[in-house]
Amino acid sequence: MRAYIIRRLLLMIPTLLLVTIIVFLTVRFIPGSLIDLMASQQMGETMVSPEEIAEQIRHDLGLDIPVGKQYLRWLGAWQQEDGTFSGVLQGDLGKSLWTQRPILGEIAGKIPISLELGIIGLITALLIAFPIGIYSAIRQDTAGDYVGRTFAILCMSVPGFWLATMIIVFPSVWWGWTPSMVYIPITENLAENIKQFIIPSLLMGMVMSGVTMRMMRTMMLEVLRQDYIRTAWSKGLRERVVVMRHALKNAMIPVITIIGLQLPILIGGTVIMEQIFNLPGIGRLLIDSLSQRDYSIISGVNLMMGSVVMAANLLTDLTYAWLDPRIRYR
Amino acid sequence: MAESTTGLYDGALTQAKRHSFLVDLFIRLVKEKPLGTVGAVIVLILLLVGIFADLLAPYGYNETWVGGRLDASSMEHWIGTDQSGRDLFSRIIYGAQISMFVGLGVSALSTVISTLIGLISGYLGGKIDIIIQRFVDAWMCFPGIFIMITLMALTGPGIPQVIIVLGLLYGITGSRTVRSAVIGIRENVYVEASRAIGAPTGRILMRHILPNIMAPLIIVFTSRMGAAILTEAVISFLGYGIPEPFPSWGGMLNRGRPYMLEAMQLAVWPGLALSIVVWGINMLGDALRDLLDPRLRGGVGRYGLKKTKEATKNEK
Repeated sequence: MRAYIIRRLLLMIPTLLLVTIIVFLTVRFIPGSLIDLMASQQMGETMVSPEEIAEQIRHDLGLDIPVGKQYLRWLGAWQQEDGTFSGVLQGDLGKSLWTQRPILGEIAGKIPISLELGIIGLITALLIAFPIGIYSAIRQDTAGDYVGRTFAILCMSVPGFWLATMIIVFPSVWWGWTPSMVYIPITENLAENIKQFIIPSLLMGMVMSGVTMRMMRTMMLEVLRQDYIRTAWSKGLRERVVVMRHALKNAMIPVITIIGLQLPILIGGTVIMEQIFNLPGIGRLLIDSLSQRDYSIISGVNLMMGSVVMAANLLTDLTYAWLDPRIRYR
Repeated sequence: MAESTTGLYDGALTQAKRHSFLVDLFIRLVKEKPLGTVGAVIVLILLLVGIFADLLAPYGYNETWVGGRLDASSMEHWIGTDQSGRDLFSRIIYGAQISMFVGLGVSALSTVISTLIGLISGYLGGKIDIIIQRFVDAWMCFPGIFIMITLMALTGPGIPQVIIVLGLLYGITGSRTVRSAVIGIRENVYVEASRAIGAPTGRILMRHILPNIMAPLIIVFTSRMGAAILTEAVISFLGYGIPEPFPSWGGMLNRGRPYMLEAMQLAVWPGLALSIVVWGINMLGDALRDLLDPRLRGGVGRYGLKKTKEATKNEK
């Protein structure tokens, strides 16, 4: 297992480097006109000419030196102007162009909100997907199976953002009820906070549950036809024991991979839900920074999200290897 | 080679030769997959509505009705008007046209990119494969929506921009499927044979590999189409996709948000149209996947039943 972990970690290094290059290059491709626009937006506050401000912005973004050097500086592998090394490698993502506050702090403050949304969403997805998926498989081709499968396809086809919009509109027209649109921190009022998060999380969970449900059903069907399941039946074990202890354990392995692979979709979903339900999480931070054209925050957020997904992928692979010893010795 | 087998499989060969690959696929779809056929009909309707939008829509997509905005349904406006007094029904129809352009455009572009990357990476293998795959890994690390709206903010809104950004991203991720298909075929004897007689790599790729990965390519194409239409709606909803006055369904849901309490038709119809189209494409894609590649089956097909029947037959 240790050798597998080491190999997996080593493979991560080049990928991580490429992620930083992609994040860095997207900022490099800012069209010049945008810099002029930023300059004219900032001009109101000072008496300097727009050209000078534009020059200053280019300097702040580090666009006035060769690309390679810019990248290495941002990464923290090249000396900054003051001779120090401060960059991504040192855990310094730079400062916001507008507020001048450190980006790492900005992002860290938003993480709990998106994390709460994501965790409740994930739990919802699993609570929907597992029972229905298992039931569909052990009662294959019954009415219940058809209902379950239709539900799974609906979850995958009906856009979450549409459902969210309708949840805001219809209850308020019919019963005068609207979900809270002011963020309540978890430390302030736990019950109200959960109440606020439950609807967007449920919607995110529904969207994610479709794929997991189908995978669960397929894998259960495959496992239920194995010889050892027949043996378990002929030993006279109860259905619950056969399904839960013998079948489910083996069917879970590929399902875990699918759950891991869906994490980027889950994270992406937070952008939409945070926007609709007015929750100040990472997704909102990105959207706000995009409209303010705060490119340092944008690259910070994207780098952070890329790393989170990569860590999640690593965790998925390790779980897979831990559950299924065959993987490790491949 | 062919002559020696004709005696044995005469019937089977003539049977197979009667239809081309696509016609055969279509016949099997209608015969075996009722839900997939419904999906195919929905996709067909989307294409027809998209192509003939100008004839079908009673009004232009940006034609304002002086009579009133946010009107409920009436004889003139079947499902009412929107916040600027434009006929909602016409806008839904033109929205289908935009979804069609985006769906087909993104699928085509991404399939081409996936094929190029997948062919090169899968067939050449070795160091080139390792390098290309690390790039693909890196791109796949970004949560879809995050990187999409970032790129869209850089390119600015517009239909061509949406197609290019989504096509590029889906093309890179989809290359994995193509690559694994190519690797599976690369080891076949006929590829080895043509390499042995000195056929150039380009010829091997075009004549021997490409025709044999048609099945995964069709799967990639259809699954991308649904995802592209849905994602376009999402990024237009967030305000980074297709700008006003173009009637993208997602954009309509976004622009209509402040007025939905007065005029609920703004919340219902664009989302319903979007859901039906995505559902149809998903069903068609699932059916095609079941028909074309049993290894990639989803949980929806009647796989379990069929397998047991075949298995029992074999056992006996």
